[in-house]
Amino acid sequence: MRIVLRARGDFEEWRTAARALLSQGTVPRDIEWVSEDAAGSDLFSAPASPPIGGAAPVSVPKAFLPLAESLICHSDPSRFDLAYRLLWRLQTEHALLHIRSDPDVARAHAFDRSVHRDSHKMHAFVRFKEVPASGQRRAFVSWFEPDHFIVARNAGFFRRRFADMDWLIATPKGAISWDGTDVRFCDAPADKPDIQDDADDLWRTYFANIFNPARLKVKMMQTEMPKKYWKNLPEADLIPDLIAGAEHRGRDMAARQASDTVPKFHERLHGRKP
Amino acid sequence: MKKSLKARLAILSDAAKYDASCASSGTTRRDSSGSGGQESGGLGSTEGSGICHAYAPDGRCISLLKILMTNFCIYDCAYCINRSSSNVERARFSPEEVIWLTLEFYRRNYIEGLFLSSGIIRNSDYTMEQMVRIARDLRVTHNFRGYIHLKTIPDASAKLIEEAGLFADRLSINIELPTDAGVEKFAPQKHPRNIRRSMGELKTKIDEAGEPTLRTRRRKTFAPAGQSTQMIIGADEASDATILGTSAGLYDAYRLRRVYYSAFSPIPDASKALPLIKPPLVREHRLYQADWLYRFYGFGIEEITAGRPDGMLDLTIDPKLAWALENRGRFPVDINTADKEMLLRVPGFGTKTVKAILSARQFKRLAMGDLMRLKVSVKKVQAFVTASGWSPLKLIDRSDLRSLFVPEPQQLVLL
Ligand code: SF4
Repeated sequence: MRIVLRARGDFEEWRTAARALLSQGTVPRDIEWVSEDAAGSDLFSAPASPPIGGAAPVSVPKAFLPLAESLICHSDPSRFDLAYRLLWRLQTEHALLHIRSDPDVARAHAFDRSVHRDSHKMHAFVRFKEVPASGQRRAFVSWFEPDHFIVARNAGFFRRRFADMDWLIATPKGAISWDGTDVRFCDAPADKPDIQDDADDLWRTYFANIFNPARLKVKMMQTEMPKKYWKNLPEADLIPDLIAGAEHRGRDMAARQASDTVPKFHERLHGRKP
Repeated sequence: MKKSLKARLAILSDAAKYDASCASSGTTRRDSSGSGGQESGGLGSTEGSGICHAYAPDGRCISLLKILMTNFCIYDCAYCINRSSSNVERARFSPEEVIWLTLEFYRRNYIEGLFLSSGIIRNSDYTMEQMVRIARDLRVTHNFRGYIHLKTIPDASAKLIEEAGLFADRLSINIELPTDAGVEKFAPQKHPRNIRRSMGELKTKIDEAGEPTLRTRRRKTFAPAGQSTQMIIGADEASDATILGTSAGLYDAYRLRRVYYSAFSPIPDASKALPLIKPPLVREHRLYQADWLYRFYGFGIEEITAGRPDGMLDLTIDPKLAWALENRGRFPVDINTADKEMLLRVPGFGTKTVKAILSARQFKRLAMGDLMRLKVSVKKVQAFVTASGWSPLKLIDRSDLRSLFVPEPQQLVLL
């Protein structure tokens, strides 16, 4: 059976289909899960819409829900199949989720980790730029490129944090915005806005000066801040020069002996209380 | 002529970079959305674990706006770039400027909050008062709910420290050097006894705030993310055993959240009293690993350093592996039956792995394939464990076992 989903991170969409399939007793290997994007190019197979309604809610261990919600946001096309296979097996293997080393469970957790990491990087690397405001509140816009369909699930984080300003986060996987009253989400791909913000210059000054050239650890930086994020970070284009100049600056600092003179105010202090 | 804000930001962040701490974690949850009975309309949130908003090429997390209020200082600590005898360029922020920078950086999602420290100007109380004012204005006037870490000024009055704790998430007092003799030698105006007294007073206040009062049943908030400290490594002669012993003492006596180790790094216009060395980064890394073993893996400090007559940690392999090689008699460990304490001692098992093993083995017998799927490096653990279908008896007896783990020496080639 072929199930076509919009497949842009909407958990309800998968849940409705999965419940119906399970109540009909459809085994996992009989289902082909396809995204609208993939199905659209395939003109001859008419998309079968998911079976709707009539399905009784199924019971699952409490831990399954957050895991499945996270899985559905992953961008790997096999995610729906994996989630359904877990759901199917849970009906008879009640302790399944406790066995982290089970191949399906291990894979689900790998997907889950990847989605969490992506969200975490979104919290970290979104950079707001100020835009002219229409009302009393200040307004900010950001462009971010996530790996997975995580935009909607992270609206809460930004709302809790930036309550007193209007903001919009645009991404190729949808956009969210907040105006003090409502959070709005749209799952269509957004366009990259072109905005300048003068504060970026101060931030770059900070970034360049908080770095200690005597302790270069480039690999460590790149595992935590992979290059794919650099193009949207105002500070990142400083990095090559900071690295190139580091050895020189480090040696320079080490080589510069203490000067023989001391500042005037040190002499005054010293004179006051020897 | 007064330097521009940008020029002063450059000087006062440069001056702050030798402080290793950047954590923004472990505080209470707060947000500005008006949920949970909090008034809405402010700016900022804290959600348990901190966030690193950027990484500098030195591999360090940038989480907070870490700056000095001023780098003028009347003290003359030999290891410090801001000491009065240094010819470094000086600058000063007004409290309003620090507040403005914090809020504007926060709004752009560059940072989690502020880590404010300062050289001492006029006297301790005058300096501390200005810092407290910054924290108070951020909280009260600007409704800021992000993270604030204040470095307390040595010998500031108890009243000011008390006020600082009402607004800051974390307070810290640097122990500076691992031994009292070191502090007296290199920081002549600081007194180890006073530093410890301040830590003790802080602990008492933090503990008090943790107790719900009888009348209101509500906890007061006082530095909810606790206190931390920093020790400079490699400026004096202290061995790793001495350093770790000092840390253990601090963790136990004052319940510090963290002891930061900062490899002594060359500074511009360094004092002649100190060695001109490359910062001992590997040593710093091993100390953090050992510190971790002490806090989360049930190791005693003596165990970690027992095998080392000179009290220095092995730089080529990590301290957990070193301990295992010294104590081969305790291995192999059966992952299907061993208790938690022993599982935690297997090189290559982290706390999460151990938790997953304990949970999974209630339902099936675990084999090496299970470990692989738990993302354990089988190469690293195979000598130390038995599992269903696996026993490493020959491996653990090998006399060259250590060499299996030591990184290969760099190959030299002729040009
Ligand atoms: S008191 Fe602090 S800022 Fe002043 S010289 Fe000593 S360590 Fe540096």
